[in-house]
Amino acid sequence: MPPPASSIAVRAEALVKTFGTTRALDGVDLEIPSGTVLGLLGPNGAGKTTTVRILTTLLKPDSGRAFVAGHDVVADPDAVRRSIGLSGQYAAVDEHLTGYENLYMVGRLYGMSRSDASTRARELISRFRLDDAGDRPSKTYSGGMRRRLDLAGALVAQPAVVVLDEPTTGLDPRGRMDTWEIIGELVADGTTVLLTTQYLEEADQLADTILVIDHGKVIAGGTADQLKAQVGGERLEIVVADAAELAATAQVLAEVGSDAPTTEEHQRKVLVKVDTGPKALVEALRRLDQQNVSVLDVGLHRPTLDDVFLALTGHLAEEKPEAETDDKKTKGRKAKSR
Amino acid sequence: MSVITANARDSGVVTWRNLMNVRRQPDLLLGATLQPIMFVLLFSFVFANSIGDDPAAYREFLMGGIFAQTVAFNSAYTTIGMAADLEKGVIDRFRSLPMARAAVLVGRTAADLAVSAIGLLVMSLCGLLVGWRIRGSFLDAVTGYLLLLLFSFAMSWIGAFIGLISGSVQVAQSAGFIWMFPVSFISSAFVSASSMPGPLKAFAEWNPITAIADAARDLFGNTARTGVLGRSDAWPVQHAALYALISCAVILLIFAPLAVSKYRKVASK
Repeated sequence: MPPPASSIAVRAEALVKTFGTTRALDGVDLEIPSGTVLGLLGPNGAGKTTTVRILTTLLKPDSGRAFVAGHDVVADPDAVRRSIGLSGQYAAVDEHLTGYENLYMVGRLYGMSRSDASTRARELISRFRLDDAGDRPSKTYSGGMRRRLDLAGALVAQPAVVVLDEPTTGLDPRGRMDTWEIIGELVADGTTVLLTTQYLEEADQLADTILVIDHGKVIAGGTADQLKAQVGGERLEIVVADAAELAATAQVLAEVGSDAPTTEEHQRKVLVKVDTGPKALVEALRRLDQQNVSVLDVGLHRPTLDDVFLALTGHLAEEKPEAETDDKKTKGRKAKSR
Repeated sequence: MSVITANARDSGVVTWRNLMNVRRQPDLLLGATLQPIMFVLLFSFVFANSIGDDPAAYREFLMGGIFAQTVAFNSAYTTIGMAADLEKGVIDRFRSLPMARAAVLVGRTAADLAVSAIGLLVMSLCGLLVGWRIRGSFLDAVTGYLLLLLFSFAMSWIGAFIGLISGSVQVAQSAGFIWMFPVSFISSAFVSASSMPGPLKAFAEWNPITAIADAARDLFGNTARTGVLGRSDAWPVQHAALYALISCAVILLIFAPLAVSKYRKVASK
């Protein structure tokens, strides 16, 4: 079979990788058109990092094939390495080198001359708003600054494909917003990006196409909207003042909703899927008012990717920043039902 | 660019990076110089009076041994440095770059060689303070230092291999040092091998550290006053410099390919 057409920047076919008895990847296919962002979404241990490590030549697949920028990752790893920039899930910066020195070193190792590497490093330091810190050892940086430096490292050689493995894991909200902004700029420049994340919001914000991966398999794919459409409908949420009113509320929501409501007693909340949107909301409130139920909060939500994940896998893909992020050690999280 | 120039350039970049690390963490250098100074002082003043009957002669004898032991310990620094780079993900970044494969290892061992040279310098000054002198020719002295550095470099490759199989910095910290103690003490570094009981004597005679220590003594002209600290008739003892060179070559021939192949395997896990 010939290598993929040039309009496809990254292609993987039936990738399989086993660690001991754990099947980390169980036949993963993916394709990223040039200049687009693919979000690989899944919980810890789903196989995201393994996929990234194969595509960046850090790991050989047991079977299957992959091409990056037209080069076979197994047969021609050096050509692949020249075409990619990798930013890891922990910032792989040398903490004793300054920001500038880190980027200079990476430039030199891409084969740039001393002066080119130096110019490029200065350019990126200022583009990533590290001017004031550029000549300080990077161990003095905040988490967000380190991540920016690591991202900059992936861009030194202006590679055709940038791979970002969980770029915001462990960052505070400000650091996350910062990183998103930079990825946004990258995309505007026409770079092809493969992004892995366990944050649904992140995939929604940044990716053109999302692949949902779980237990080493791609279980769904499409745009964020397409995925949300798979779950269908909106959700009506009512929070009541008194737990004693939950039963009556559930009764009302059963009447206006399109399936059986669920009750979250701790939060005194009842949820139900609705097909008629605002109309169902007004109707529910009218009936609750008739029954003198005091409503504290009410909301109508389009399904989030969280709902998508729950619908697809039967478990949530919620944030667990303290969890082990090593594909080899972690299994999928326990099923959780509402 | 040819493979060799690319290799040299990438190794140079990694060496620079490692030396910058040493410069920014002076405590690393402190470890590499403080221990030999401590040994020089301890052995010169605590043991010198009870080993043999001429403390000044013992100090003269001692320096070659401490030089050999110190450069041998260089392997432990390589072990720890290698394990730390693996643990921190620096190796992953290197591996994702289109750089020469061996450059990470060459850059590590080359930087550790430079640290080793600084250690030798500090120790020589310390030796001069306790009465040690270079009594041979200038050329012999230069040869002596070069031989010590070659041994340091060879030991560094053993260290790199151990660092790669350690799996973590904690393991590397003990694995890097623990084997150095018997290996450096069962040698003629501190006492003559000929005074040891049978099996230990045989081990010491064939121990490269004995050869390095004795060769250094010969080349620095420190053998005139050794008295009871004389040497046995074993071949490696009688041909210390030659055996030292052979040992370095054998260590490099075994451990450089081992470390490179282990590096590829470890890094692709």
